[in-house]
Amino acid sequence: MAAPLVLVVLVAVTLRAALYRSSLAAFISERVEVASPLSAWKRVVEGLALLDLGVSPYSGAIFHETPLIIYLFHFLIEYAELVFMVSASGNLWSFSLVQFKKQKLLIELDKYAPDVAELIRTPMEMHYIPLKVALFYLLNPYTVMSCVAKSTCAINNTVIAFFILATIKGSAFLSAVFLALATYQSLYPVTLFAPALLYLLQRQFIPIKPKSKSFWLYTMQYAALYLCSLVVIICLSFFLLNSWDFIPSVYGFILSVPDLTPNIGLFWYFFAEMFEHFSLFFVCVFQINVFFYTIPLAVKLKEHPVFFMFVQLAIISIFKSYPTVGDVALYMAFLPVWSHLYRFLRNIFILSCVLIVCSLLFPVLWHLWIYAGSANSNFYYAITLTFNIGQILLISDYFYAFLRREYYLTHGLHLTRQDGTEAMLVLK
Amino acid sequence: MGLLSDPHCRRALSRLVVRLNTPLCVLSYVAGLGWFLAMALPPLAPRTYMSENAMGSTMVEEQFPHGERALAYARDFAAQKKKAGGIPVAWLEKTMWGLGLEVYKQPFARTLPFPDESRERYMVKGTNVYGILRAPRAASTESLVLSVPCSEGTQNSQAVGLMLALAAYFRGQIYWAKDIIFLVNEHDLLGMEAWLEAYHDVNVTEMQSSGTLGRAGAIQAAVALELSSDVVTSFDVAVEGLNGQLPNLDLVNLFHAFCQKNGLLCTIQGKLQRSDWDTLPAYAHSLQTLLLMVLKQGSGRPQGDHGLFLRYHIEAITVRGINSFRQYKYDMTTVGKTLEGMFRKLNNLLERLHQSYFFYLLPSLSRFVSIGVYMPAFGFLILVLVLKISLLGGGPRPGPRGLHALDLWMQLNKCEAASAERLWDGDQGAAHAVAEEPRPGLLALVPPLLVCHAAGLALYLLPVLGQRVATQHFPVSEAEAVVLTLIAIYVAGMALPHSAHRALPGGGSDRGWMTLKLLALLYLAAQLSCAALLNFSLGFLLAATMVPAAAAVRPTGPRLVLAALLVLSTPAVTLLLGIFLHRELEERPAGLAEGWQLFLQALAEGLLQHHLYGALPFPFLALLTYPCWLLLWNVLCWK
Repeated sequence: MAAPLVLVVLVAVTLRAALYRSSLAAFISERVEVASPLSAWKRVVEGLALLDLGVSPYSGAIFHETPLIIYLFHFLIEYAELVFMVSASGNLWSFSLVQFKKQKLLIELDKYAPDVAELIRTPMEMHYIPLKVALFYLLNPYTVMSCVAKSTCAINNTVIAFFILATIKGSAFLSAVFLALATYQSLYPVTLFAPALLYLLQRQFIPIKPKSKSFWLYTMQYAALYLCSLVVIICLSFFLLNSWDFIPSVYGFILSVPDLTPNIGLFWYFFAEMFEHFSLFFVCVFQINVFFYTIPLAVKLKEHPVFFMFVQLAIISIFKSYPTVGDVALYMAFLPVWSHLYRFLRNIFILSCVLIVCSLLFPVLWHLWIYAGSANSNFYYAITLTFNIGQILLISDYFYAFLRREYYLTHGLHLTRQDGTEAMLVLK
Repeated sequence: MGLLSDPHCRRALSRLVVRLNTPLCVLSYVAGLGWFLAMALPPLAPRTYMSENAMGSTMVEEQFPHGERALAYARDFAAQKKKAGGIPVAWLEKTMWGLGLEVYKQPFARTLPFPDESRERYMVKGTNVYGILRAPRAASTESLVLSVPCSEGTQNSQAVGLMLALAAYFRGQIYWAKDIIFLVNEHDLLGMEAWLEAYHDVNVTEMQSSGTLGRAGAIQAAVALELSSDVVTSFDVAVEGLNGQLPNLDLVNLFHAFCQKNGLLCTIQGKLQRSDWDTLPAYAHSLQTLLLMVLKQGSGRPQGDHGLFLRYHIEAITVRGINSFRQYKYDMTTVGKTLEGMFRKLNNLLERLHQSYFFYLLPSLSRFVSIGVYMPAFGFLILVLVLKISLLGGGPRPGPRGLHALDLWMQLNKCEAASAERLWDGDQGAAHAVAEEPRPGLLALVPPLLVCHAAGLALYLLPVLGQRVATQHFPVSEAEAVVLTLIAIYVAGMALPHSAHRALPGGGSDRGWMTLKLLALLYLAAQLSCAALLNFSLGFLLAATMVPAAAAVRPTGPRLVLAALLVLSTPAVTLLLGIFLHRELEERPAGLAEGWQLFLQALAEGLLQHHLYGALPFPFLALLTYPCWLLLWNVLCWK
């Protein structure tokens, strides 16, 4: 297990080092799909330059990273490439430690129907999952590009990976700290609070009932931990810069979406086309998408917090205001974890083709629009839309497959209708 | 969504696709070609119209009087050129200066990667001369270009003469709001490339030229003029630029409108438009024009000096004066008036030409086919591949030997394969037992993929890198060496060890070739879609030839027929056939030997275009299409 992991890391690091040295690096870091206004390395450099001059980095309208990141790079600017490599490897490390255990499976084995043994994962399969996750994350072209472009998205991903690790290891304190860090970095991970809480509750064998006292006690504890760390981090940022400038500059920027540079998300085109006085209402409508699905998902998936976490990560990466391919890569790294769902997936082949073709068409249509001047923004947005619909269908496919598997686990593999013929499940 | 989630619907759909696969594929292919042929018909090709308000409603009155002066300049220029043995830089500078222009010259030099035999040049040195007419009504922020190539012999002297006469006349007018650049470029496209690079202060090719130059603001539009006779009978317009890029349709409309206003005959692709539209000969005529445009655009080669402007976001056309045996001749005054009118309308532009279409095909100068109409033709062709992919990737096929083309994803999860089919409700029909075969795994696909792409890389790199070695060992010139190496590598690619996978466990199985074919079809569909967006004609021509062979190829059955079909569909044969078709359409059919010579020339041209101007068809074909074709060849040789 260790040897292949080391090999994967070596391959990944060599690949990135080679790309850093090649002429492709400049090209990749200019791509709008890879670097958003939030995470572009160019903007971090700009912020650093302002900081060195003794000016607040937020005084221009360019820099939108958090103060902690700028101080991190203030000390490590010489080793920026190394930082991104380490963050990628850190990701790998945390993913490989995550064992994605399913204790529940063993506990409740006797509840399952007798003929579903083949649906239950063997320890052997489980053993290889971390390796597969590492492969999927480190060698995913999206991750490689995002790392080569030095998009700070890689650092956000690392923080989220550590948060998942801490949660799965059952450390409520570290989990809350990393969740606070992730929230501080990009705001949207606040929705991961629900799955983390559900997982920790499950681990403590606390029943999720509104009437139970221990449930509320634990929830309050975790929320207090989370809020305290968030307050500490924000105050720390305040003391670093001695101003609150970063709040409107980072969170205001994320929420009100003033930068309409094209990206792979859904926001830019709508708000570029919209009359100014409607935009506040529609910003609310668009932003609510990220937070809206958390509650129904929490109700439906309260027994399966890890899957919930995966779905929520995917939702964030689809509906966030400045998505990049680095965000897509984060939830894609989870796909091997659900390899046991492959047989229930219906459209995985079509959807992966759609995603691949869209990824190829992004640069082509960008070229036609920006360089050749013959196409226009509609062409590019059409592909963005297709890409996001592909992602949404992929997630709903996984979600439905998960529900079906659960159904088969409890009701047996061979369903019969009342009249004895073989039945099948239909999603209405 | 119902279609995707409701198993009954899905099953019905997948059954339909599986049962009727071959008829559906044939139908879709025929529909694609039929759609293309129908594009020359009036309902699919509406009349062109001027979209740009600044050029549409305003009228101009042309008063250019200097026809005789143009001819005098032309005679002078021809004499000076003969004396100087090249472009008469000093004379041009003096004359332009005398007319009141700001004159600059730009020397440039370029060594070609290998000698260009058709134009007989290798180490090129030349000079561009240009004069700027400063606009009296604006601050030099925008400009227009009138360019004339200074070519070998007595060609194009009249064009230079007319340009100078126009400059003299334009200088006296007060209405100019955009600077006008009068450019004489030497060595046609090479000079143009050097000038454009220097003007925009970039260096994308290995052109050496002097840096600092006089500038005149952002160029809005350009017209390249070619004229070699004192009188003309008609004008021909060339629109296709580098990589098949086209100028905004409004510029073509503008040219057409002024030709009509002055009563000049104008042609496109050398074809005069017919007055009737509903007869069969008229249809055949516009189809020929359309096909010629598709062939020229697909070649990715600039059809005139304007072709390089398009890359810099400048709308440009080439206008050629033709002197044929027609009765009505037009003198320089009329020609000058036409150009004057075009420039005055361009002078009225408030913003860049952007209103009209950029993606179009022209079955005649007054009719156009827009992207929404021509894309379905390509879509139908790609649908064939998608249907084949869904057959290979989606469901069981009741083949003659009970063959199962399984879902690729099921193959990869072997442990689940048996029971999966029952659950995977898309094909419950496949519940019967799977013929157990050793699983090939993805490893068997690695050697073919690597070998094919290595062959593509060799095809791309070796001809130019190895020309020295080839000329040392074989009695050929360098240009010949390049072309012959290219052909040799291309043919040798077919003889590569395409059976390397057999050494691996499970290689040579049915699933192996199906997976490979699936991969090749996906690859082909993806690259053709990208190509069709960038250059519709190239994508369409490749799709029309490669799709049937790609869909039909398999290692069993009539292999000789399949092999012949596959060889016929290879890009090189497509090029050869394209050359014959082109000559046929231009009504000067080429014999076999001449066709072969043209083919060799086209290969050398393709390489040169890539190295000199960054044309993309050669790298695209060598690095993507050729390896993909080799993958299909691999499928054929699987057993």
